[in-house]
Amino acid sequence: MSNQETHILPPLTLSGLEPLIITKASNFVNVGERTNVTGSAKFLKLIKDNKYEDALEVALDQVRGGAQVLDVNMDEGMLDGEAAMVRFLNLLAAEPEIARIPVMIDSSKWNIIEAGLKCVQGKAIVNSISLKGGEEEFIKQAKTIKRFGAAVIVMAFDEKGQADTYERRIQICERSYRMLVDRVKFPAQDIIFDPNIFPVATGIEEHRNNAIDFFRATRWIREHLPGAHVSGGVSNVSFSFRGNNTVREAMHSAFLYHAIKEGMDMGIVNPTMLEVYSDIPPDLLERVEDVLLNRRDDATERLLDFAENVKQKGKAKVDEEAWRSGSVEERLSYALVKGLIEYIDADTEEARQKYDKPLKVIEGPLMAGMNVVGDLFGEGKMFLPQVVKSARVMKKAVAYLLPYLEAEKLATGNTAKNAGKILLATVKGDVHDIGKNIVGVVLACNNFEILDLGVMVPAEKILEAAQREQVDIIGLSGLITPSLDEMVNVAKEMERLGMRVPLLIGGATTSRIHTAVKIDPCYSGPVIHVLDASKGVPVASSLLSKEQQLDFGIQVKAEYAQLRVEHAGRQEEKNYVSYTSAVQNAMPIDWRSTPPEKPSLVGVKVLKDVPLTLLREYIDWTPFFQTWMLQGRFPKIFDHPEVGQEAKQLYTDANRMLDELIEQNQLKAAGVFGLFPSARTGPDTLTVYADESRSQIIETFEFLRQQGKKGSGVPNLSLADFVATPESGLKDYLGCFAVTAGLGIEHLLDKYAADHDDYKSIMLKAVADRLAEAMAEWLHAEVRRHYWGYAPEEGLSNEDLIKEAYRGIRPAPGYPACPDHTEKKKLFKLIHATEEVGIQLTESMAMYPASSVSGFYFAHPESRYFGLGKIGKDQVTEYAGRKGMALQEVERWLAPVLNYQ
Amino acid sequence: MTVYIREILEKRILVLDGAMGTMIQKHPLTEEDFRNEALKSHPHPLKGDNDLLSITRPEIIKDIHRQYFEAGADIAETNTFNSTTIAQADYHLEHLVYDLNFQSAKIAREVADEFTRMNPDKPRFVAGAMGPTNRTASLSPDVNDPGYRAVSFDQLKQAYREQAIALLDGGVDLLIVETIFDTLNAKAALFAIDELREELNRDIPIMVSGTITDASGRTLSGQTTEAFMISISHIPMISIGLNCALGASALRPYLKTMADKSANFVSAHPNAGLPNEFGQYDESPEQMGAQIEVFLKENLVNIIGGCCGTTPAHIKVIAEIASKYAPRKPKDELAWISAEMN
Repeated sequence: MSNQETHILPPLTLSGLEPLIITKASNFVNVGERTNVTGSAKFLKLIKDNKYEDALEVALDQVRGGAQVLDVNMDEGMLDGEAAMVRFLNLLAAEPEIARIPVMIDSSKWNIIEAGLKCVQGKAIVNSISLKGGEEEFIKQAKTIKRFGAAVIVMAFDEKGQADTYERRIQICERSYRMLVDRVKFPAQDIIFDPNIFPVATGIEEHRNNAIDFFRATRWIREHLPGAHVSGGVSNVSFSFRGNNTVREAMHSAFLYHAIKEGMDMGIVNPTMLEVYSDIPPDLLERVEDVLLNRRDDATERLLDFAENVKQKGKAKVDEEAWRSGSVEERLSYALVKGLIEYIDADTEEARQKYDKPLKVIEGPLMAGMNVVGDLFGEGKMFLPQVVKSARVMKKAVAYLLPYLEAEKLATGNTAKNAGKILLATVKGDVHDIGKNIVGVVLACNNFEILDLGVMVPAEKILEAAQREQVDIIGLSGLITPSLDEMVNVAKEMERLGMRVPLLIGGATTSRIHTAVKIDPCYSGPVIHVLDASKGVPVASSLLSKEQQLDFGIQVKAEYAQLRVEHAGRQEEKNYVSYTSAVQNAMPIDWRSTPPEKPSLVGVKVLKDVPLTLLREYIDWTPFFQTWMLQGRFPKIFDHPEVGQEAKQLYTDANRMLDELIEQNQLKAAGVFGLFPSARTGPDTLTVYADESRSQIIETFEFLRQQGKKGSGVPNLSLADFVATPESGLKDYLGCFAVTAGLGIEHLLDKYAADHDDYKSIMLKAVADRLAEAMAEWLHAEVRRHYWGYAPEEGLSNEDLIKEAYRGIRPAPGYPACPDHTEKKKLFKLIHATEEVGIQLTESMAMYPASSVSGFYFAHPESRYFGLGKIGKDQVTEYAGRKGMALQEVERWLAPVLNYQ
Repeated sequence: MTVYIREILEKRILVLDGAMGTMIQKHPLTEEDFRNEALKSHPHPLKGDNDLLSITRPEIIKDIHRQYFEAGADIAETNTFNSTTIAQADYHLEHLVYDLNFQSAKIAREVADEFTRMNPDKPRFVAGAMGPTNRTASLSPDVNDPGYRAVSFDQLKQAYREQAIALLDGGVDLLIVETIFDTLNAKAALFAIDELREELNRDIPIMVSGTITDASGRTLSGQTTEAFMISISHIPMISIGLNCALGASALRPYLKTMADKSANFVSAHPNAGLPNEFGQYDESPEQMGAQIEVFLKENLVNIIGGCCGTTPAHIKVIAEIASKYAPRKPKDELAWISAEMN
């Protein structure tokens, strides 16, 4: 390993229908990036809408525009990425003009990469693998890629994370290279490193060397790792300047200019976002290069100034309080957009005096302001927390006007006109309503009248209210899987009553496909799945607009009908094994070398009044931001150029609320857990015994086993596998727990409702949810360290806890590894969760208070989380027999995981 | 074995045998010839499943091997071109795939050993023939649905794996993945063989031979010769080459591409010209020999033989010509660079 290793290596050769040979003379290989759902909203939409022919046009444009390799990426949560990758690559193969060039199979999911490799006859590039998941996985994947005959992009990423310094970059690249070349015998020339292009000019001190470190790492790789190439996604570097293409284009070309000089010979580049280096105005180039090369301390500020100049020539900065000097309409609009509550009563009063009727204030300046908010949100220029704050201002203003409106109404009989009346409800058996409330707020901002029936609303109540109040739309929400069934039930009832009002479906477990396959066929009126709060407004508007309503309804019906056909077609393609073979392919655990440990506490323990000060240290904040529709990992999200500011604000508000809750002792957390002697007494059955004599059975838990066809050496998992059988001669144990952080929440919510403060109301629920998860995390750690005591030395940071770096798991009934919610009932009974802690179970097995978590503890080192996937009728029948439940009833609870209709 | 055959290939041009189908056609066969006791009541017609003759009429196949060895062939291909579960599905004989391959390999081995014993200075080799199957993994058979595939990579891989295991059990020296018109099919075959190499911890020499289907110089699945070479370059092999479809002279430019760039030995086994209006190949041994002599003069090949329409008479002429010329020297992998610079 040194500079002396200078013998010439063969070039990187790739192929589509035609060869692509990358030599020194090729200078730079341009990878087309528009056929990437993560990078192109347009392409994503085409794929989601199943418009593959148009998607092929995008690919063709790339080829005609000079792309030498075509990057294809289908990584999107709502897509079946594997199916989309296969379909697109197969269609590509039939287009000689596109198939001419090699493909880059781009995914962070190994199954998608493998599926893609099975579709290409040429020599492709895999993008990417890394040491993220450890050496063993890395070597296995590299071996497979080699056997498929593809080149590979290796990310500078290892077990500890992504390389962000020069030293880490070269250390990881060298380690990866040695492993590939020495152990896998991967051809050196087929290795392409991606040493991470990160944004510069972010204002963050540590980012100053991001470009330089990349350049230096590139040079080092080219000098020290013979044969290897260097690639990267160039547009990242200018992330801070989104929306300012002049600066971005200049940054891209200047970056490439330097990177290519250092040896970068491939890159994912949008050719339309690339200025010619020599055409960059000298003053801009100087500032850009100051930033890239970190040439002066004020480089970022100077480029920002320049960008500001380019962007809004001549626009003067508005003084902080200057808005107060505008007209009352301007002030109301400003307060709404900025969410400023301070002057709202005074301004509303001023407007009331100015306009002859209070209603005109709402219909005039207030609605005008909210329209601005709605538009900005629709364009992605405002974020959810801001919108909720705007709504708070709006509600305040309306509340101020209310007495005047009532008086007016009495006098004239006039009422306000609105865009339509929408009924919202969380269905029977379900208690989760954060998402529903957010949708309500956003719709209200857009002048819809919201009739919110709350949570656990039975179908009769929904229908009765809908008819009485003459609502224009009904929106149903739910978070747990049994709610899906309840939604179907509501739809059937609506059909029975001959209703035709549109039905909107939303919530975390709902999906477009479920709506299309299960709900839409039950109801003749329009049924539409609403992905998130931002989609609520356009959908509701289209449904209620005179011009569009018919077309829109028919269009969605047709779309869903097509989805059903495709779904039926797709289902047959999956491979399943019989339940018997799945059982035979259970996880083999070497119990001899890792025998179970006896817990120091066998029995049940209740923990009341767990201090919130303790729990807040265990909060995983990332999902908190997701609740507010801000995407990004904590704490990195604060550096995000777009949502960072908003995230910081939200975080501050959440912590202020936590301080208050702790100080005034307003919210209580409690939990209970039990550790019991247990044994795997059937393939998927765990028996729980009263005591160590193991003579008296107190509960029997039934589990489900994966039935998807596995590769050789890959087991069909069931949670039961992680507990020893009586035949093993070993004594094993099972844990159960239930925790809540929602005790006392109603009182506070009432108070916020009285204040018209949706922001605080949603915030409180979001915080309580986090505290409940934190409590589960903390309690699990306590159990590992003390009560079960198998990891007494464990001292993990919160970050490691979030990454699940510990031994053992705590899967919850109703979630992917054990999707049957009804086992929760047994679990609650076993540890007296309702009596001891006050958590109730609804008929759909939702927990109330909503901020609660329950689950099992498995301690074996091999135990791990997995998704059950779909299961067959043979298993369901057998499972129903074991549980002593009617097959039909079991099928209803397990509907989402059945591989049959 | 690899080392052994490599050593010989360094020194001289090896001769591959000629067509099997053409020779079988010389026998007037009826449905009865394709049946044995076990297949007596097989409900589907079997005539035309030539691979089956290795079981039902092994003496015919042995005799054909014998004739080619007598003509001077160094390597015989087993009678297994269609012996995969995928191709045998046409005859509903998927269950016989192991026997077909094993028996075909066994009889070819017997004849080869017989000749090697008679003349140890000219050792004879048996290559297990692995055809393309009748389905394509990267083309749709349905013009209305270009995204459809009649066979998957995994299905092909599995079928080829079963074939390769049986051929190796039957005693072949090497495997020849040939008449490749869809590179993805070939990649599945090579994937399966490479897995076997690892599992059995055994060196399995491979010959790979593609097919250029028309004058555009591309495979049926649309690849140029270079693209084809690159697509399979990840698997270590003894030789790469071209066979079938075109006559020798039409094959020359593409063979030259391979000869110029490949780090492996190069093989060719063309047809005896193009089929005439009756579907027969009518190039005489001498006509074909003259064209092949051009390959040898230009130093394009290391292994030479015949495909459709060729007979022991053709192979005899080819073997005589081959003995007069020195073999081609494989290029180093840098050949790609110089080719690109030109």
